[in-house]
Amino acid sequence: MEIFWVLGIPLLGGIVLATFGTGRHAPELNSAMSFGTFLAAVVLTVRVISSGAFTAWDEQFFVDAFNVFLVALTAFAGFTTSLFSRPYMRIEQHHGKLSINMLRLYYSMYQLFSFTMLLALLTNNMGILWVAMEAATLTTVLLVSLYRTPASIEAAWKYFILCGVGLAQALFGTILLYFAAEKILGAGGTALLWTHLNAVKMQLEPTVLSLAFVFLLVGYGTKVGLAPLHNWLPDAHAEGPTPVSAVLSGLLLNVALYAVVRSKVLVDGALGSHFAGNFMMGFGLLSVVMAAFFLSRQKDVKRMFAYSSIEHMGLMTFAFGMGGPVATFAGLLHMTVHSLTKSAIFFTVGHAAQNSGTQLMDGIRGLIKTSPTIGWGLALGTLAILGMPPFGVFTSEFMILTTAMHSYPWTMPFLLTALGVAFAAIFGRVQLMVFGETTGERLPHPPALIPVFLHLLLVLMLGLYIPPYLAAWYRQATALIG
Amino acid sequence: MNIPFTAQLINMCAALLLLIAFAMLSQRRILSLINLFAWQGLVLSISTAVVAYSSNQYHLYYSAALTLVLKVLLLPWILHRLIRKLNIKWDVETMFNIPTIMLIGLALVVFAFNLAAPISQMAGTITKSTLGIAMASVLLSFLMMITRSKAVPQVVGFLAMENGLFFAATSATYGMPMVVELGIALDVLVGMFILGIFFFQIRVAFDSLDLKHMEKLKED
Repeated sequence: MEIFWVLGIPLLGGIVLATFGTGRHAPELNSAMSFGTFLAAVVLTVRVISSGAFTAWDEQFFVDAFNVFLVALTAFAGFTTSLFSRPYMRIEQHHGKLSINMLRLYYSMYQLFSFTMLLALLTNNMGILWVAMEAATLTTVLLVSLYRTPASIEAAWKYFILCGVGLAQALFGTILLYFAAEKILGAGGTALLWTHLNAVKMQLEPTVLSLAFVFLLVGYGTKVGLAPLHNWLPDAHAEGPTPVSAVLSGLLLNVALYAVVRSKVLVDGALGSHFAGNFMMGFGLLSVVMAAFFLSRQKDVKRMFAYSSIEHMGLMTFAFGMGGPVATFAGLLHMTVHSLTKSAIFFTVGHAAQNSGTQLMDGIRGLIKTSPTIGWGLALGTLAILGMPPFGVFTSEFMILTTAMHSYPWTMPFLLTALGVAFAAIFGRVQLMVFGETTGERLPHPPALIPVFLHLLLVLMLGLYIPPYLAAWYRQATALIG
Repeated sequence: MNIPFTAQLINMCAALLLLIAFAMLSQRRILSLINLFAWQGLVLSISTAVVAYSSNQYHLYYSAALTLVLKVLLLPWILHRLIRKLNIKWDVETMFNIPTIMLIGLALVVFAFNLAAPISQMAGTITKSTLGIAMASVLLSFLMMITRSKAVPQVVGFLAMENGLFFAATSATYGMPMVVELGIALDVLVGMFILGIFFFQIRVAFDSLDLKHMEKLKED
C-alpha cells in the first residue's frame, strides 16, 4: 500500500501539474506533491525497517534495506529540490528566461521524473527497471533543453542519443539475462523478477551472465556517467536549469548505479569470481582519474561540478567493485553524502549564477559580499565535497581509501593524485568566487537557503555521528550486496 | 538436410532483415529511409508471427500485432508527417565513402556472427540461427547512426536498432515477458513524440536539421 502512494503521488502530480501548471501556485503544488511522496517514502521506510523486506503486487515490486534507503534519499532530495526550484524558477521567469508554458512543462516533467526514478528503484522486474531508466531519460531530455538556446538543445540531443544508445546496450544485457534465467525459471513473467533470479543465481549459465553483465555495465554505466561514456553528463548538467542539474547529479546517477549493483549481485552469484567487481573497479578508477584532470580545465562552474560528480560516481563504482563489508558500506554512505552535498552545491551555484548573470567562473566574484548566505553555503559545500573533515564525505572517502590501500595498494597513486588534483582545482576556483571584489546585485526574490543548509547539516551529522539505526540499516544493505 | 518450412521462412525473413539493414546504411534519401524502416518492421512482424505459429508461443502473436501497429503504421506515419511539416521530404544527404561504410558493415556482420555463436548454441529455440543476424542488424544500425549527420536519419537508425534488439529477443528467447514488451513499446512511442518536438526546437535554434552545426559543446 505504501508503494502505491510512493509511486502514485508523483504520477498524479505529473498529470495535475500538466493541467494546472500555469497557475500562480504551481510551485507550491509541486513542492506539496514532492512532500507527499517524501511522507509516503518515510512510512515505507519505517515499515521495511520494522518488518523486513517484502514484495507486493504479484511480486512485481520489491523493497529491501538497499533500495528503501535510496527511495528515502530520492524522495527527500526530490522534495528539497522542489523547495529550491520555487524561488529559482521565479527569478528565471523574472529575468525573462522562461515563459509560463515552459514552467508548466518543467513542473509536470519534474514529477514524472521522480516517478520514473522511484519506479526504477522499487520494481522487482529487471525489464521494468530498464523501461523506467529509459523513461527517466525521456522525461529529462526536454528539461535539459528548457531554455531553448542552441547550446541547451545540443546538450539535450547529445543526452538523448548517447543515453539512448547506451541503454540499448543495457536492453541487450537484459535480454541475455532473461535468456539465461528462462532455462532455470521457465518462460513467462517470473524469469526477470530479481527475487527469483537471486534465489537461483548459482545455477545461471556463467558465460551468458558474464556477457550480459558487460552489456548491462556499459549500458547503465553510460547513465552513471562512467568514463569513457560520460560525454553527455557535463553538457546536460551545464545547460539545463539548475534544479535539473541537482536532481540529475544527486539522484539519477545513484539510481543508475543501483541498477549496476543489482546486476552485479546476480553475476557474482553465477560466476563465483570477482569478474564483475574487476570491471567496475576499472571503470571507476578511470572515471576518477579522467574527471579530476578535466576538472581543472573547466571555465563554467556547473560544468566543473558535473565533472566532480563523475569523479564521485567513479569512486562509488570503484568501492562497490572492491566489495566486502567496509567498501560496500562506504559506497552506500558515499551515495548518500554525495547526493546531499552535490545538490546543495548546485542550489548555491544556481543562485550565484543568477546573481552574477553568468555561469562562467571568471564572472562570479565576491559572493560573500552580495549574498553572504549563498557564499557561505558554496564555501562549506565545496569543503564538504572535497572530503574535508568533519563532513560525511571524509568518512566515506577515508573508508574507501583505507580498504583500497589494504586490498589493492597499486590503485593508491591514481586515487590520491586524482583527489589531490580535484582538490586543488575546485578549491582555488571556489575561493575566488566566494571572496574577492564584486559588482553583482541582489536577487529580485529571496533565494532558497533552507534546503542548502539542511543538506549540509545532514552531511555534517553523518560525518560526526551515524545514528545506530542508520548504521544498522546500511549494514543490512551491505549484507544484501555482499 | 531437411529444414521445416516454417524455419526456412524465418531464415528468409532474417536474411531480408539483414538486406534491409544494409539498404538503410547506404540510403541517402530521407523518404526512402523511412519506407525502408517500415518494411523492416513488416518483415519483423511477419517473422514474429511465423515463430509464434511454429513454436505455439501464443503471446508472440500479441508481440507481432504490437510490432505491426507501432513500427509499420504508427511510427512511419509520425515520421512522414514530421518530414512533411519540416519540409525535408525530398532531402538527400551527402554521404561520402559509401563503399567503405559497406565494407565496415560486412566486417561487423562477421563479428556479430562470431559473438553470437556461443549463445546460439545454448539456445533451444528454432530461431537460434538468426541470433547472429539480430546482433548484426543492431551493430549496422549503430554504424548508421555514427555515419549520419542529420537528425532524422539518426533517429531512424535509433529505431532500427530497437528493431534489431526486438529480433534478438525473439530469436534467443521467444520474446520478453509481455509487461516488459509493452513498457518498451511505450518508451519508444513517447520517445518518438519527444523527438518530434525536438526536431522543431533544433530547426528553430540552428535553422537546419544538420547536426554539423552542433559543435559548440566540446572539451578543448
